[in-house]
Amino acid sequence: MTPVNEAELAEAVAAAKGPLAVRGGGTRPIGRPVVGEPLSVAELSGIELYEPGALTIVVKAGTPLAEIEAALAAENQRLAFEPIDHRGLLGTTGEPTIGGVVAANVSGPRRIQVGAARDHLLGVRFVDGTGTIIKNGGRVMKNVTGYDLVKLMAGSFGTLGVLSEVSLKVLPKTDVIASLRIQGLTDAGAVRAMSQALGSPFEVSGAAHISGEAGQGAITLIRVEGFEASVAYRLAQLTELLVGAEGEITHLTDPAKVRTLWRGVRDVEPLHDHAGDIWRLSVKPSDAPGIVSRMPDGTRVVYDWGGGLIWAATAPGTDLRAEIGPYHGHATLIRASEATRAALPVFQPEPVRLAAISQGLRQKFDPRGILNQGLMG
Amino acid sequence: MQMPTPNAAVLSKKARIVERLQSVLPEDAVIHDPTETRAYECDALTAYKCPPLAAVLPASTEEVAAVLKICHEEGVPVVPRGSGTSLAGGALPTADSVILGVARLNAVLETDYDNRFIRVQTGRTNLSVTGAVEENDFFYAPDPSSQLACAIAGNIGMNSGGAHCLKYGVTTNNLLGVTMVLMDGTVVELGGAHLDAGGLDLLGVVCGSEGQLGVVTEATLRILRKPEGARPVLMGFDSNEVAGACVSDIIKAGVLPVAIEFMDRPCIEASEAFAHAGYPLCEALLIVEVEGSPAEIDEQLGLILQIARNHNPVELRESKSPEESAKIWLGRKSAFGAMGQINDYMCLDGTIPVSSLPLVLRRIGEMSKEYGLDVANVFHAGDGNMHPLILFDANKPGDLERCEALGADILKLCVEVGGCLTGEHGVGIEKRDLMTSQFTAEDIEAQLWVKDVFDPAWLLNPAKVFPLGATESRRAA
Repeated sequence: MTPVNEAELAEAVAAAKGPLAVRGGGTRPIGRPVVGEPLSVAELSGIELYEPGALTIVVKAGTPLAEIEAALAAENQRLAFEPIDHRGLLGTTGEPTIGGVVAANVSGPRRIQVGAARDHLLGVRFVDGTGTIIKNGGRVMKNVTGYDLVKLMAGSFGTLGVLSEVSLKVLPKTDVIASLRIQGLTDAGAVRAMSQALGSPFEVSGAAHISGEAGQGAITLIRVEGFEASVAYRLAQLTELLVGAEGEITHLTDPAKVRTLWRGVRDVEPLHDHAGDIWRLSVKPSDAPGIVSRMPDGTRVVYDWGGGLIWAATAPGTDLRAEIGPYHGHATLIRASEATRAALPVFQPEPVRLAAISQGLRQKFDPRGILNQGLMG
Repeated sequence: MQMPTPNAAVLSKKARIVERLQSVLPEDAVIHDPTETRAYECDALTAYKCPPLAAVLPASTEEVAAVLKICHEEGVPVVPRGSGTSLAGGALPTADSVILGVARLNAVLETDYDNRFIRVQTGRTNLSVTGAVEENDFFYAPDPSSQLACAIAGNIGMNSGGAHCLKYGVTTNNLLGVTMVLMDGTVVELGGAHLDAGGLDLLGVVCGSEGQLGVVTEATLRILRKPEGARPVLMGFDSNEVAGACVSDIIKAGVLPVAIEFMDRPCIEASEAFAHAGYPLCEALLIVEVEGSPAEIDEQLGLILQIARNHNPVELRESKSPEESAKIWLGRKSAFGAMGQINDYMCLDGTIPVSSLPLVLRRIGEMSKEYGLDVANVFHAGDGNMHPLILFDANKPGDLERCEALGADILKLCVEVGGCLTGEHGVGIEKRDLMTSQFTAEDIEAQLWVKDVFDPAWLLNPAKVFPLGATESRRAA
């Protein structure tokens, strides 16, 4: 089914006789395998309202991300949370849509500075599992009117409702971008250096570490953005701050090269050639090296968010949670075969009471259990 | 303001309820004498008062759990209370309710500079969270005006904002995790020192739920390194429209000030008479503050001043020293106090799209004349969060009602132009009955589902946020 407007979408859901597999651009097939009639929101497309002076944009859920980014760039603005493009990592094709970005709450390296997709989402319109149209939030930056279902919808992977429209906070694009590169740090040394940088007043907008193999080739990157003089100043200050750390520091100031480099971090390019499974862990940064050390030999990792985000490439079928033992945070199996995704929980299993609350919410929003049934476990 | 009829069965077993509460709490933590419960009869929305059945002051998560378990078993409504600074009546009791105050939960549990968070008990005041990390040059960003007194528990309940949200976001953007007790006494952990949810974002919906989903006893909060410096400029304009256009141009130019504050003529005059900050007596005044190193500040202010000059300001004052900065902020920070000197006032909290600023200010001016009540405007212009202050005389019969009617009209106007009823104060009882102007019955029903799941017995702060008619069958069940 491919409804062309919200009313048709509501009718389609109301009339559904069985499970529905909700899709945007189909570039992020994350979650447990879903059986159901495909329901695409791709035709619900277009920018409804864009007010650069109010830093807000309202778009239909199926709008291609590229279209939104182009419209924002024309006004020198952007989606500051830097959504990852999953196509390279997941081997998918097609056009990422804003609905998919919101439904999966995807962010990139700048999440550490400005927040996640959910922090920039101001309002939603969606169709619940009975075909009722519901709105929450709005298009203003400060809004505490009623419960914040906006946050609940972000990252709910279409299991509570089908998004039809979203409004987002946008931010000014920065003039200049530059990066520090430190070579040869251990994982623990890199997390320490990134913590120092992020704990400084120099407004770091990205802190990532690509682990080396057998102590070779490790690269740590610290990004700063802003007005020209300010970037130069902060780069110098950060260098001074980190000069005590081991490893050789260089400044990368060619904007095109720095952008490409950070796009690679955003999209986890170092793991694109990996043939096995991909896991994504959100942890306390200082815990990260210890957790990684408990992963099976041969696991390749990329750290983002100053160490708080770990991308791990493992052998197919590895139950990474079992391998690393108890830890604080959550692990999501981002890429694996259907068989593995059916066998292992894709999302972090919740304690019993919280699982009951999540299940209770799904039951209320989708009483027939037809929306992406079982996707989140 | 209508409140539900107290449950006679609960009132009649007060002695037994108090006795059970005393069995799990120290003697001085259960307040039940009618002269003493009066201390809890209202919050900062003082127009409405009702002493609770009892008030309890637990000192640990375990004690909170024990209290809630008893109240759940006895079918007693519970009203959680931070410091009682709510302007929306969020902590207003009913006669059959137990007030659960978190004032004794005020410890700092953990500070972690490497991972940039602090874990505190939620009775701790907002400002004292920053106080705990200040010596290491860190701070907690959300800064509601009541930050000296207001508790983190209330900040989480209302998803509080402040003047610096344009850059740093509101409570929900700075909250990493909570320990929360559900109405039946179960303790749950949401989030932690890591980022984002691993499943549904329950933390996101708990923040701003006005104490209706659980009692938050501990919170993990993001802390940030202080900027090297900050400096404001003051600009005066001869019309609200021009000031509004200037705000829009600053934002469009790619500068992101930490604060853009707006005051209109009635407000300028009152605060000038009170605080003598030396403000120009003009139609509209902006205070714009930027942060960074001295050179960065110069660069940003240079750009902002250039934009301001294009709008023919009647005054342009750039701070050159901490003393001058303090003087620029003095009048703004005294605005509410200055208003209180002249009159009783009611402070509204609607948010509007910044682009509608001139229209809304003009309409407020017209409504003010129609109602015969003065309105002064002082607000966070960068994010569109308005704080119209309606001046009235509480001793004059009918004035409060007229003031409330004007307030309702102004808030409906905010919704009409694409905004909302409340930007940072919360709905409480104050805006409960206006919810239908912003939401359809279906929109409200979806919110009630969330409460159904977290608090099936509808005992936590039950008479707030939603129109009583919409929740009646659930509360009676």
